[in-house]
Amino acid sequence: MREANHKIQDGDTGDNNILVVKNLYKSFGNHHVLMNFNLELQKGESVVVLGKSGSGKSVLIKCIIGLLKPDKGTIEMFGENIPDLDEEKLDALRAKVGFLFQSNALYDSMTVRGNLEFPLRRHWIHFSQEEVNKRVINALNDVGLSHTIEMMPEELSGGMRKRIALARTLILNPEIILYDEPTTGLDPITSNEILGLMKNIQKKYNTSSLIISHDMKCVSTASDRVIILFEGRCYASGTYEELIHNTDPKIKQFFQ
Amino acid sequence: MTMLPGMKLFFEEVGDVSKFAGRFFKQTFKKRLEVTEFLRQCFIIGYKSLPLVGLTAFIMGLVLTMQLRPSMITYGVESQLPAIVGISIIREIGPVITALIFAGKIGSSIGAELGSMKVTEQIDAMEVSGTNPFRYLVVTRVLAATLMLPVLVLLGDAISLFGSWIGVNIQGVTSFKLFWTQVFNILLFSDVLPAFFKSFFFGFAVGIVGCYKGYNSKKGTEGVGRSANSAVVISSVLIFIVDLLAVQITTALGFN
Repeated sequence: MREANHKIQDGDTGDNNILVVKNLYKSFGNHHVLMNFNLELQKGESVVVLGKSGSGKSVLIKCIIGLLKPDKGTIEMFGENIPDLDEEKLDALRAKVGFLFQSNALYDSMTVRGNLEFPLRRHWIHFSQEEVNKRVINALNDVGLSHTIEMMPEELSGGMRKRIALARTLILNPEIILYDEPTTGLDPITSNEILGLMKNIQKKYNTSSLIISHDMKCVSTASDRVIILFEGRCYASGTYEELIHNTDPKIKQFFQ
Repeated sequence: MTMLPGMKLFFEEVGDVSKFAGRFFKQTFKKRLEVTEFLRQCFIIGYKSLPLVGLTAFIMGLVLTMQLRPSMITYGVESQLPAIVGISIIREIGPVITALIFAGKIGSSIGAELGSMKVTEQIDAMEVSGTNPFRYLVVTRVLAATLMLPVLVLLGDAISLFGSWIGVNIQGVTSFKLFWTQVFNILLFSDVLPAFFKSFFFGFAVGIVGCYKGYNSKKGTEGVGRSANSAVVISSVLIFIVDLLAVQITTALGFN
């Protein structure tokens, strides 16, 4: 099973990869969070990074989107190395990437409309007001919450906020969506709804998804491939079915 | 020689605030100022502070006049009351008290707002959506605070002098015209201009400290509270330090 992982570490990137993380290191003082971590994401693929709480999953995803700078290693997205990009180039690249925060991170001083229009701000020049409205309505329709357009985030339930946050990630039609613990803190029914939405969105827009999670329901439902992050490294990689039958005790502990 | 830990922390903090201020100047002179957000902040920081500033200014003028009157009568210079009150309000009390009220209201609200945005990942969300959060949040607020405080000081001075006129008339009779004539006869441009110019620095101090504290807020609600609190304390102390420097400079330039 772990041979799949060796292929990544050897640096075989393949042609269809839109995200390749190679030999990534990140430490905070003496605390080494990521140590020689490797990952590949192909077009249209959905990869779940599974790991215990505090194992560095969120650090990984923040390095990928450029919110944190890695100590060493490369993160190639659409052929560009993220840590090398200046502010302007990074912003341009981020337009192709959606990011769903664990806490949703909705702007609480703005209405739902304001939240959805905000990512378009940088692109006002390219979008007419008509186009902006169309995109907002379409994104809200995708998550089934078009009636909330003039509501404030505080008026929404936890599940609705998650769906609005998901709509906001869709507003620029991203090619990759990064999900940071998308089902954490949600009840099982809402959690299933969010997972269903994620699947529908991936099918409809042919996006690639990188999902950070420790929720096994999320892993089994949303993954084409699972990567186990253990002690800062990519410990194993494979499909959910392959990993669940693995006898390695370190892998087994995740599926018990 | 070893430095006391408290001193080391103090100098580190001073260094960080200076770096933050440097970043502010760098970002301010970059193209594309967030005009809409800047005007919104001018409305919130300036217009919405006016009732509080006006009320305190009115009481300050009234009380100062009533407190001064007995001493003025003792020395037989009661007729000079409007002139003395006018000088003290315009040169010192007006700008400093208004700036302190401003620090309490605006410093804490900026610190708490940005602090809560930081801990709920809203600032990260802005960055991910391709908007420079520093330019959007910090530059607009610091500029608005810097420009709005002098306006509030001018209005506060006028309201304060109106309060003083009422104070004069509680125990005596002085016409509105005579009161203002006495005030303007004694005032010189060298009284008004330094006081007006130093209020720009007071506003900048409140804005930059509030933003610095909020933007660098540590995780959790306790951190937000601390940011708001220390924004008020530090900016209030800074107001006095700036005032001390301003009086030295104006004396050196021959204004006093």
